[in-house]
Amino acid sequence: MEILEMTALELAQNIKSGQLTVREAVSAYINHAKNTDKKLNAFLTLMDVNDEKLNKRIDEVQQGISSGKYNGSLAGVPIAIKDNICTKGIRTTCGSRMLENFLPTYDAYVVKRLEEAGMIIIGKTNMDEFGMGSTTETSVFGATKNPWNNEHVPGGSSGGTCAAVAAGLVPLALGSDTGGSIRQPAAFCGVTGLKPTYGRVSRSGLIAYASSLDQIGPVGKNMADCAALYEIIAGYDSMDSTSINRQVESINCGDAALDGQMYVDKNLRGKTIGIPMEYLAEGTDEEVKSSILKAASLMEEAGATVEYFNLKMTDYAIPAYYIIACAEASSNLERFDGVKYGYRSEDAKGLHDMYKKSRTEGFGEEVKRRILLGSFVLSAGYYDAYYLKALKVKRLIKEEFDEAFKKYDAIMGPVAPTTAPKLGASLSTPLKMYLSDIYTVAVNLCGLPAISVPCGMDSKGLPIGMQLIGDSFDENKIVSMAAAYECMRGDYPCAYDNNGNAGIQNNQEGGCEYNG
Amino acid sequence: MTDKSIDSNKKIDNQTMDNIEILAKLELSTDERKKAMDEMEKILSYVDKLNELSTDEVEPLVHIMPDANVFREDCLKESHSAELTLSNAPAKRDNMFVVPKTV
Repeated sequence: MEILEMTALELAQNIKSGQLTVREAVSAYINHAKNTDKKLNAFLTLMDVNDEKLNKRIDEVQQGISSGKYNGSLAGVPIAIKDNICTKGIRTTCGSRMLENFLPTYDAYVVKRLEEAGMIIIGKTNMDEFGMGSTTETSVFGATKNPWNNEHVPGGSSGGTCAAVAAGLVPLALGSDTGGSIRQPAAFCGVTGLKPTYGRVSRSGLIAYASSLDQIGPVGKNMADCAALYEIIAGYDSMDSTSINRQVESINCGDAALDGQMYVDKNLRGKTIGIPMEYLAEGTDEEVKSSILKAASLMEEAGATVEYFNLKMTDYAIPAYYIIACAEASSNLERFDGVKYGYRSEDAKGLHDMYKKSRTEGFGEEVKRRILLGSFVLSAGYYDAYYLKALKVKRLIKEEFDEAFKKYDAIMGPVAPTTAPKLGASLSTPLKMYLSDIYTVAVNLCGLPAISVPCGMDSKGLPIGMQLIGDSFDENKIVSMAAAYECMRGDYPCAYDNNGNAGIQNNQEGGCEYNG
Repeated sequence: MTDKSIDSNKKIDNQTMDNIEILAKLELSTDERKKAMDEMEKILSYVDKLNELSTDEVEPLVHIMPDANVFREDCLKESHSAELTLSNAPAKRDNMFVVPKTV
């Protein structure tokens, strides 16, 4: 099997058994990415195979694997990191002119965990500026293209992360999810993503957008790879005051590969799954709807009970989300003042003028819009009507989910109402773009874990994603259910062929078997 | 409508926008400002949807997890050096950040 076709866990196995060296694995991916990414623009920083630091690290990891220092399930595996997660000495831009030359002086908690697990960072991925967008088009460094069709967006804000995995530029990557930023691009790119429970993964070193909603999570080719990476990054960290000190149970998806039928039986038979009627309502593409229903009937065949129910607060999640997210963004982004780090305007007169000019020139349009909105909803005279109101509605939304989880093991539905839109189709009408987040934002407001797993393809050949939402700390349950679903679904096609060419048009010979 | 405080007329007039720009520390060009006001107006009209819900008896939900306050021992710990802290500063001198003249 070719290196680029292996899952991350298979790659690590091959390295462990000596079939492959760490250098071979890392070089294969970097060389492939160097070529293919000219078209996609998924990477903002890609390591050079000759880079001295990288090569030292490769040697160190190779030795560590032999000596037993690195004995984890992903040791030796290359990984890419979304560019809002701090990597010491490696440029971290948030897709913004504001941080164009920012070199973090420390590693994020998750980056330290990856290093300790013997993983190798090969690059930083493109994103909507500060995570604000659903298409990766608000990046000041240009949009990322969808590997399935380069005229479409990859989704966002973790569009670079998901496109890189989909195009086989890297076997695994980290994203962050504030309102769907892992799940929606994973769905649009035909890869798997997990947004963990709020507090499961430390946000220390994640450049904040909306602190009560942000969560880092894995993106991979399948559920097992994501689960293995999740186990590495989850856990308590005293540097994040919202980090939860609670045991992270090991999730074994490996049995799925050994005995699929037994695994499906164990993890789907007897489970109850609720589908909110509102998640299949008008505005959701027919093709998306029928893919979701097909996935539901597959799980029913496996012995799960699927029921429809009403999630009446669905329409209120977006207004509540945008008020809260913008309020927190306006506060978090106050730190960019042109003094300590980041962009400083050249032609300012006096301190306040410097603040204003640096921020006005350093931030893009969408970021400024959200800062302005956030400043407004928090201002005297409007705080109660907007911000406080949104927090009250957030409680009503949470109560409705709590009620649903008394009945259901998981809530299922689409990740997004449509497949990936064309480049340029979303930016002109911000409100329309916000509305497309309808099925993902409630999960962040309630701090719940959720998965996006590919479940079909529309007639244009663009991927469709299914969402499984779990109760707080139920990662184990929803991951196992999703892995069982994968067994029944079969392999999902790849967005690249054996020569590493991206795009479905090149996928005729290199595609995987698929029954979806 | 349960909250009377939201006016159904225009929410962002020029005076309000001036105040928002001061709070946000942004200084938009005439075109940028007009566009921002239009978009904000649309978005704020849309979020008025929340007023369909009666929330008089509902407590705001601030922290999703029960531990709202987290304390630690107040003890000395090694921190970043001045050199490291200043390494990304747009302007620095003698181990200090440099800002434009303030008085």
